Amino acid sequence: MSIESTHSHEDHTHAADHDDHHDHKPSSLLDRWLFTTNHKDIGTLYLVFSLLMFFIGGSMAMVIRAELFMPGLQLVEPDFFNQMTTMHALIMVFGAVMPAWVGFANWMIPMMIGAPDMALPRMNNWSFWILPFAFAMLLSTLFMDSGGPAAGWTLYPPLSLQSGQNFAFVVFAVHMMGISSIMGSINVIATILNMRAPGMTLLKMPLFVWTWLITAFLLIAVMPVLAGAVTMLLTDHFFGTSFFNAAGGGDPVMFQHIFWFFGHPEVYIMILPAFGVVSEIIPTFARKPLFGYSAMVYATASIAFLSFIVWAHHMFTVGMPLTGELFFMYATMLIAVPTGVKVFNWVSTMWRGSMTFETPMLFAIGFVVLFTIGGLSGLMLAIAAVDLQYHDTYFVVAHFHYVLVPGAVFALMAGAYYWLPKWTGRMYSEKWGKIHFWLSAISVNILFFPQHYLGLAGMPRRIPDYSTQFADFNMISSVGGFIFGASQLIFVGVIVHCVYKSRQTATGRVWEGAKGLEWILSSPPPYHSFNTPPVIDSTTMAHADESH
Amino acid sequence: MNEGQAKRDQSHGKLVTRLVLLAIGMFGFGFAMWPLYNVFCDLTGLGGRGVKVIENATVPEKSDRQVKIRFDATVNSGLPWIFQAKEKSMVVSLGEMSEALYLAMNPNDQAMAGQAIYNVTPPEASLYFVKTECFCFTEQVLQGNESREMPVYYFIQPDLPENIKEITLSYTFYRDENFDPLALTAGSASSSD
Repeated sequence: MSIESTHSHEDHTHAADHDDHHDHKPSSLLDRWLFTTNHKDIGTLYLVFSLLMFFIGGSMAMVIRAELFMPGLQLVEPDFFNQMTTMHALIMVFGAVMPAWVGFANWMIPMMIGAPDMALPRMNNWSFWILPFAFAMLLSTLFMDSGGPAAGWTLYPPLSLQSGQNFAFVVFAVHMMGISSIMGSINVIATILNMRAPGMTLLKMPLFVWTWLITAFLLIAVMPVLAGAVTMLLTDHFFGTSFFNAAGGGDPVMFQHIFWFFGHPEVYIMILPAFGVVSEIIPTFARKPLFGYSAMVYATASIAFLSFIVWAHHMFTVGMPLTGELFFMYATMLIAVPTGVKVFNWVSTMWRGSMTFETPMLFAIGFVVLFTIGGLSGLMLAIAAVDLQYHDTYFVVAHFHYVLVPGAVFALMAGAYYWLPKWTGRMYSEKWGKIHFWLSAISVNILFFPQHYLGLAGMPRRIPDYSTQFADFNMISSVGGFIFGASQLIFVGVIVHCVYKSRQTATGRVWEGAKGLEWILSSPPPYHSFNTPPVIDSTTMAHADESH
Repeated sequence: MNEGQAKRDQSHGKLVTRLVLLAIGMFGFGFAMWPLYNVFCDLTGLGGRGVKVIENATVPEKSDRQVKIRFDATVNSGLPWIFQAKEKSMVVSLGEMSEALYLAMNPNDQAMAGQAIYNVTPPEASLYFVKTECFCFTEQVLQGNESREMPVYYFIQPDLPENIKEITLSYTFYRDENFDPLALTAGSASSSD
């Protein structure tokens, strides 16, 4: 013990002596990871944490698909099934997708805008280290007498108010996740607005930076609203208030309004950074500048604005004045316009490009195709008159899984493969990356496409058992689910191989067509990069030429 | 370099303060939804909020137009009562004072108290719905194995929009958890003394 502390003391003196030494990392594990303020280390922590959560949430999905493999109750009790659907959603949304994007933001934003680090490095450390505690609290409910939360991730009252003691843990876990996200967002905004290298004007920023800037504003605007909503649930449950209790003069429908005022921007929080990543990758492998750069920026901003005025399309069936239904229906359909602009621009970027199909490009193209399918089923759901039939069926499940799995998750995979050589300095196995892609892309469709038919035939969501007429499609869907789940182990294998085993070193540029400031650094980049701001040169920048 | 650093820290401070204030403001906005939603409900009649309760209302002139009123009855799972509308629906003229009867029964041995909460669909119809007397105005106590007819006196104002042809009036009975049947019997015993 004493030897160790002396050792780290020596290290500090050493660090002070060689302050200008580029690649100095703290050598003790505690200093390197627990007390780190380095954006690259914190980015890695976020990414590893979210990958762990992806597998925990994914194993819950496997329980769900195993139970739904056949009609009847085979493996789990209905109450445990409900806990699995609820926890799967909470963990995937707040534990996997959101922290993964924050991880990308931490790693890439300072390198993309030529900043030495994030604006508020100590707060950055705190925003990450809250998360393991939040999710330990959330997961601990599974081992309590009352079990985990089972009222769905939307926590609708009155059902959620019938939860046992676990409810307080769930609410505080959500509070902590919210605080973490808000701090992370403040950091991202401060970094982007204050720390750009000289010459990096707003309309020269890479699109990933732009989409994250807008996402961060969405997070600051809506995470506190969710915190308020769950606080009201908490006081209704434990302190006798009646915000959502009809018997006491409250209204459970009001919860749905507050929740979805958060919930709809939340789904764009998960997808906007995906738009950004795909907008980085497609130009690289099409070897053409992004088509319609400024249109992309304005489309992202429009989607973010519209996300605040469409929330009630999640609740067309609660009983709403006709004008309300019409307003929310048309406003929702309006989102198809900026989203269509984006899809058009990605396709136009590929048009007559010299395309190659490395793994990141495959995932990015998979994203464009499959996300669009999810977008189109979203348009169908936006029609208030037919939503009365689709509401709470597997059609909705198919829709949001298409935009979240081959949407957000594929973009995360694409980004991971794209920047993995930059982060590690080594090439991953292209062969196994491609196997991972093809298995994922095929199985994700076997998994989710039949769920459209199940929903149209009337199968309700969130149930452990179903009528025999739904048996065939459910079995197909489950088989797809198992293949998809198993395929993700390949992803871990590729990463572990790349980090520890790969002998093929990566160049600074990594990809022939890559443009942007992160590629002028070595691979892996020095521990402290851009201590002196880079000179912005139009040839190194992806969007420096504003004429296109 | 150091001067630039100081400048940068200062502008971080300003920006971060603004963003934190925004977050706190949005937390407040979540709670502000509560009064805002109430105002919205009062304006649109959502949640049956438009129903007027006037005990000695002057009934307007009866009109030729008729609408169908449907009666719905629900008991919250916390209250083991049987509760139903005596007639599922009736056709009334606008401006006509009408009476609807509900039937409530307490099949348990002990006395219980329930409070009925109402709702009206379509929401805008509630703006034209006037009740002069209703069992939902006060808490209802049913002794063990007692059943009782519970009346509602109401009329629909004649200026009801043309597109509304059917109105549903729905009640849900909730249990008063604080009601103590022993205190009631003790109280009535002492008064009979």
